[in-house]
This record gives sequence, structure tokens and C-alpha cells, in this order.
Amino acid sequence: MMKKWKWMFMAVAICSMLTVNVSAQDFPRGPLNFMNPFNPGGEVDIAARAMQPYLEKNLGVPLVINYLPGAGGALCWSKLAAAKPDGYTIGGFSIPHIILQPMFMKDVTFKTDDFVILSIVEYTPIGLAVKKDFQVNTVKEFIEYAKANPGKISCGGVGKFTGHHFATLQFMQLTGTKVNYVTFTGTSQVQTALMGGHIDAAFTNSTMMVSSKDQIKVLAIGAQQRMGQLPGVPTFEELGLKMYPRIARGAMGPKAIPADIQKRLEKTFLETTSKPEFKAKMEAAGFVPQVMGIADSHKFLEEEAKELKKLIQEFDLLSPAKK
Amino acid sequence: MDILTHIALGAQVVFQPINLLFCFLGVLMGTLVGVLPGLGPTAAIALLLPNTFHVAPVSAIIMLAGIYYGAMYGGSTTSILVNIPGEAASVITCLDGHQMALKGRAGPALGIAAFGSFIAGTVSVIGLMLVAPPLAKFALAFGPPEYFSLMLLGIILLIYLASGSILKALMMFVFGLLLSTIGMDAISGTQRLTFGILELSDGVGLIPAIMGLFGVAEVIANVEEEMKRSIISAKVKNLLPNLQDWRDSFWPIIRGSFLGFFIGILPGPAPVIAAFSSYAIEKKISKHPEKFGTGVIEGVAGPESANNAATGGAFIPLFTLGIPVNSVIAILLGAFMIHGIQPGPMIISKYPDLFWGTVMSMYLGNAMLLVLNLPLIGLWIQVLKVPYPILFPLILLFCLIGVFSLNYSQVEVALMIGFGVFGYLARKFQFEMAPLVLAIVIGPMMENNLRLSLVISQGSPMIFITHPISAVFIFVTLTLLISPFVPWISKRRKKLQEKVEGEEI
Repeated sequence: MMKKWKWMFMAVAICSMLTVNVSAQDFPRGPLNFMNPFNPGGEVDIAARAMQPYLEKNLGVPLVINYLPGAGGALCWSKLAAAKPDGYTIGGFSIPHIILQPMFMKDVTFKTDDFVILSIVEYTPIGLAVKKDFQVNTVKEFIEYAKANPGKISCGGVGKFTGHHFATLQFMQLTGTKVNYVTFTGTSQVQTALMGGHIDAAFTNSTMMVSSKDQIKVLAIGAQQRMGQLPGVPTFEELGLKMYPRIARGAMGPKAIPADIQKRLEKTFLETTSKPEFKAKMEAAGFVPQVMGIADSHKFLEEEAKELKKLIQEFDLLSPAKK
Repeated sequence: MDILTHIALGAQVVFQPINLLFCFLGVLMGTLVGVLPGLGPTAAIALLLPNTFHVAPVSAIIMLAGIYYGAMYGGSTTSILVNIPGEAASVITCLDGHQMALKGRAGPALGIAAFGSFIAGTVSVIGLMLVAPPLAKFALAFGPPEYFSLMLLGIILLIYLASGSILKALMMFVFGLLLSTIGMDAISGTQRLTFGILELSDGVGLIPAIMGLFGVAEVIANVEEEMKRSIISAKVKNLLPNLQDWRDSFWPIIRGSFLGFFIGILPGPAPVIAAFSSYAIEKKISKHPEKFGTGVIEGVAGPESANNAATGGAFIPLFTLGIPVNSVIAILLGAFMIHGIQPGPMIISKYPDLFWGTVMSMYLGNAMLLVLNLPLIGLWIQVLKVPYPILFPLILLFCLIGVFSLNYSQVEVALMIGFGVFGYLARKFQFEMAPLVLAIVIGPMMENNLRLSLVISQGSPMIFITHPISAVFIFVTLTLLISPFVPWISKRRKKLQEKVEGEEI
């Protein structure tokens, strides 16, 4: 009986493949495929699941979330870049990953401008947290301890050439310290390791800090101003460190999607992300919700890329990482 | 009374109509694959996993778990009636079960297998409820070095318990580790052994591997063997065992339940080992060991209870540490991740509805199985009569569709067929599959935890000795590895093996 559902699903999928040459008036005719570059339960997934009911209602067709995790997102993005540009296949992304990976990972087969960013939906500031029984309570003490014990603090984060990796490098350059960056494969592993006291510290997402603030000590957050969900946590700026590390996420597709279909999708995302109840839901989980269309998103992407390149040159940030 | 509120929570989850339905579907399909030769629970769960993508995680896990323990019930039916074990764990049941059937006592044999399984299932569910939550609290003390040492111990234990040659098991394990390194390096992002194939940058898929090794290989092997099917076609009656049967079976069932549960926690094909051990124990302590093999009810009651209890025990490392101890649990681990649940120490506190719901569903599922198995035995006999020339191509077809529908990738279909051929050949040369599959699953975790440990310790391997929990695991591992070289132990092991093998025939 399960098999029957499968056949029906496949039939629907085949029908949707037949509707290729469509204009925006009759788009979409079949289900949309949303490619998720990470494991479920991560930030991309939480946001996608929160948007799903609104998007489905707005478009009038189902949105199927498919997981293609691997290689810090590069596997999914390589496939998305090569997908049929008909608007039926879109996917999630993370900035700065899609900027940094093509620059530094030699095995990656996509380029940052292979895509049209339909909408940036949210970002999460990256902050610094330490394990509950770690002897430092402030960023100042953290820096002092790190200077006294160079390279001894184990500091977790997700992947290399990612937001967390970059934030750690930036922090080390600004403070003249050296910590031991420990690469995990997902935020949840960092969370368990920090709560269990197996690593001393972590540069990680605001979402994780909100969800486990009682089991860890959050020292600082990389936002412009303090976050509503973490009122007692100072920003790096307050502490004299001009760093605003963050990871922005949303939906994108292959660049060659016809312009009118791009517009239709953009409208759907904008109408979803501007809903007050959606914003409230995202804020409660520790996200900073955004309402950005194609033009705004690309402006954001360009500015972020420019900023990253400047930092890379200024501090020669990635040369120690490449070793 | 914390536990009562938890049980209430679990019951609340299970008694939702949708979950009742999925539990029923799970045990029904489990019984079916248990009855069918050529398709075991591992391949069946792998096959059905993609169909659960669109339902709530707890419903999916309830169904998949149902297939697992349901298959243990179904396997006994074929062993008793046809003398073909539908399941490896039911091999031992053939000995006395089929003899009972030949003597016209198929009914009580089937009945005691079902009741024994029910009692054992109950014991293991209660054990799971009592043992898992405290263990989960302890699990946060497990960091990368502890995980690595534990997995090392687990895999060595599995190899040690392997029924055949230790050397062959070790070879399969190392080959599996090699396969597990395929894909993009999780830390540096370098492509390893992918030969430019994009699909491989994610590593060798577990599902194509399992469907190949267990589904395709099994079908090929079955086609080759000419199977004699002596279906007991006489109407099976008197399913309820009489008072004397109960008297003979009571203690074997109780012993089998506890034995099975604790063996279940250990890595390896727990239900199989549990069933064999139970049979060996019952024979040893019996007043009339010479009668074993001629159709004594203890020889059915003990092993059937043990293999069922083992399925419950196997869930403990999954729920507390996120470590799979056998290939079925490995797929369930994959299912957790597909549904957005990161397995590990926080699973019980973070998803109480999932844990308690699953546990309660196992209880309910065991009751459903009792109902399914007793009155529906006639139906299962009909299923057994499906001619193999129809059955086997159908299973192959399902495997092909199942793997393709995962990611619509031809590479994965090719992988599955490759694994199928490899699995068939390996079986011919008496290599075991379990170490290979576990290595594919555990390999990346072991590598990751090894590297994390060494990064944290800044390169010093002493971290595995200075952490006390890890040191204990390393010590036991070394002891196990050295023991084959101690003549006294290796002699005993060989003796035991001969005994078990002798009984198999």
C-alpha cells in the first residue's frame, strides 16, 4: 500500500517535469523541490520548515524538502548549479560558505555567481560561548587566559571556510591570541561537546545559544546591538572588538531561471517573510529575520563578499588555515 | 513518580490513531518480511525508509521499529512450518520447532514462540525504560576520546564474537573502514577516492550498501540453492500450549528474555547470538539434553524469547549514545537524521515524545503481534506458497526501485548491484557481512572522533589513556585482542564454536 503512494508520487513528479516551457501565469503547475544542503534540524532546515506552509499556500502547490548534505554544503550547491533552470528546483544556502568555498576549496564545482539569490530570509549572529565550568566569565578574561595559555583553549565550530571558522580567525587576529580550532560537522555536535565540557569554547550560532543558554556561558554576540533573546549578553563591539560575524541563509536557484518566474518566487518569499507571526516565530528561535528580495539579497551578497575579501587581505586570515 | 508520567506521555503518543496505524503497518510488514525468505528486516527497513519522509518522525520510527521486532516473530513461523528460517535469528528454532511440527504439534510450537516473544518483548521494553534514561544522563560525559574507544571496543567485540574466522571478520572490517573513507573529508574538504563522481563526495550510501549486501546478495544465494519446501499443509490447530508445555517453557522464556536483552546491548547481530546462546544454555542445564533436536518445546521457547528481547536491548546504545550496534539500528540512526533528530545523549530529554512513544509502541506492537500471529497463521502459510520464480524477481525489483527513489541516482543503483555481487561472493567464502556494514556506518564516526580527540589533545594519543572511561575501553579492547594468542582461551573458543556449528546442522 506504501508502494501505491510511491507510484502516485512518481507520477506527479513526472507530470511536473513535463511542464517546462511555462510562463509566470501558469507557474507553478507541480510541486517545487527545495534542496537542503545540510542535515535536517540545522538552521536552514528550521527556517525552511517554518516557511513551508506559507509558501505552499501562496504557490498553491506542495514544496518538497530534499536533503543533500555533504561537504559543508558544496555537494548540494554543485548539484543545484547544474539543475534545470525552470524554477521548480530551488535550494537553501549559507553566506559566507557560498563565497568562501569556491575561493578556497579546490574540489568545489560551483561558483558564487552561478545562482540567483531569490531571498535572504534570516541571519544568525555568531557569538562566543564557553563551557559552564570554564574559569573565565567575560571576553576580557577569555583573552587573558588565551594569552597566558597560547593554543591551549579548544574552540569548536562547524567546518572550515565557514562562518564559524572565519569568526575564530578574526577573533584571533583582533586580540592577538591563539586558540585551538576544533572542526565539527554540525551545530548539534558542537552543542553536545560544549555542554559535556569536552571543548572549552565555541564560536557558534545565536540559535544554539538561545536553545542551550542555561547549560553554557555565552560571553559575547557578534550583532550590531544586543539580541532580544539574550539581553544579558554584550556585543563584541561593546567590548571594543569590531567584529560582526554572522551566517545569512535563504533560498536560491540556478541563475538561468526565466526572469518572470524569478519574480513570482521572489514575491512568494517576500509575502512570507513579511508576515508578523513568521517573524515572531523566527525571533523566538534566535534568528534575525530579514525581508529581502532579489536585488537586496545580491547587494547583501556583494557587500559581504567585499568585506570578507578585505578582511582576508588585511589580516592574511586564511594563510594559517591553509597550512 | 517520574516514570509514570513518562509512560503516560508515551501512551498519549501511541494511541493517536495515526501512530496506531503505523505501528500496525510496521508489525504487519515485519511479520511478512520475517516470513519471506530472501528479504530480511535490514533490507526491508532500508526499502521502506524513503516512504516515511513525509510523516512525523515518531510515526516513522514506530513503524520502522515495528518491522524490526515483527520480523523476529515472523521468522519463527517459517522455521517451524517449513524448516526454512525466514530470519537468521530463527535458524535455531528449526531444530526443535520443525520436529514438533512433524509430530503434529505445530500449533503449540507456534503458540509458545508467540507467547515467549511477547513475554520477552515485554521484559526488554521494561528494561529499556529503566536502563536508557539514567544511561543517557551519563552519556554527556562521553566526549570524542570516549566515543572513539567505545566504538573500537564495540567493533573488536563484534569481530571476536563472529561465528567464523576472526581473521576474515577483521578483513571485512578493514575493507569497510576503507570504503568509509570515500567522500569529501569532513574537516579539510578534500575529495578522497571519489574519482570525480559527484555522488560519491557524500560517501558510499548506507542504504545502497545494505540493500546490495542483504537484499540482492540474499536473492542470488537463494536462487542458487535448491530449496526443499516441506510445508506442513495440514491445518494447524491447538495454538494454545497446554499446561505441561507452559511448565516446560516458563523458565526458558524468562532466562531467554534476560539473556537476550543484555546481549542486545552489545554490538553485533544480537538476535542471532542471543538465540544460539539461549539454546546452548537450555540444552546444558536441561535434565534431558539428549532430547533436544527431537522436538522439545524448551528449544523453541528459549531462543524465540531471546531473539525478541535482543531487539529491545539494541535500542539502548542508539537512544543513549547514538551508536548503532547492528545494521538495522544503523538504518534507524539514518532515519533519525532524515527526520531532523540528531541522535545522541540529548535525544531522551530533547524528544521525550519520540523516546517514550517508541518504547510504548513496542509494547503495544508486541501485543498486536500476538494477535496477528495466532489467528493469521493460515494467511502466512499462504504467503509461503508464493512460488520463488515470482517472489525473488519481485524482491529484486523492489530493491532497484527503492534505491533509485532515494536520490534518483543511477550511481547508487550501480553501487547496490556491485555490493550485491560482492556480498554473494563474500558469503560463498564464508565472510561475514556484519563487520563490513558496521565499519561503513561507524567508520566516519570513528575517524571524526579520532581526529577531534587528537586536535583537542594537540596531537597526543595519551588522551585515550588519561581519560578514565576511555582507558577502561582501551584496556578491554587490548585484552580481547591478545586473548586469541593465549592458548587456553583460544582452545575454549574453538570448542564453543564447534559446538555451535554442530548444532546448526
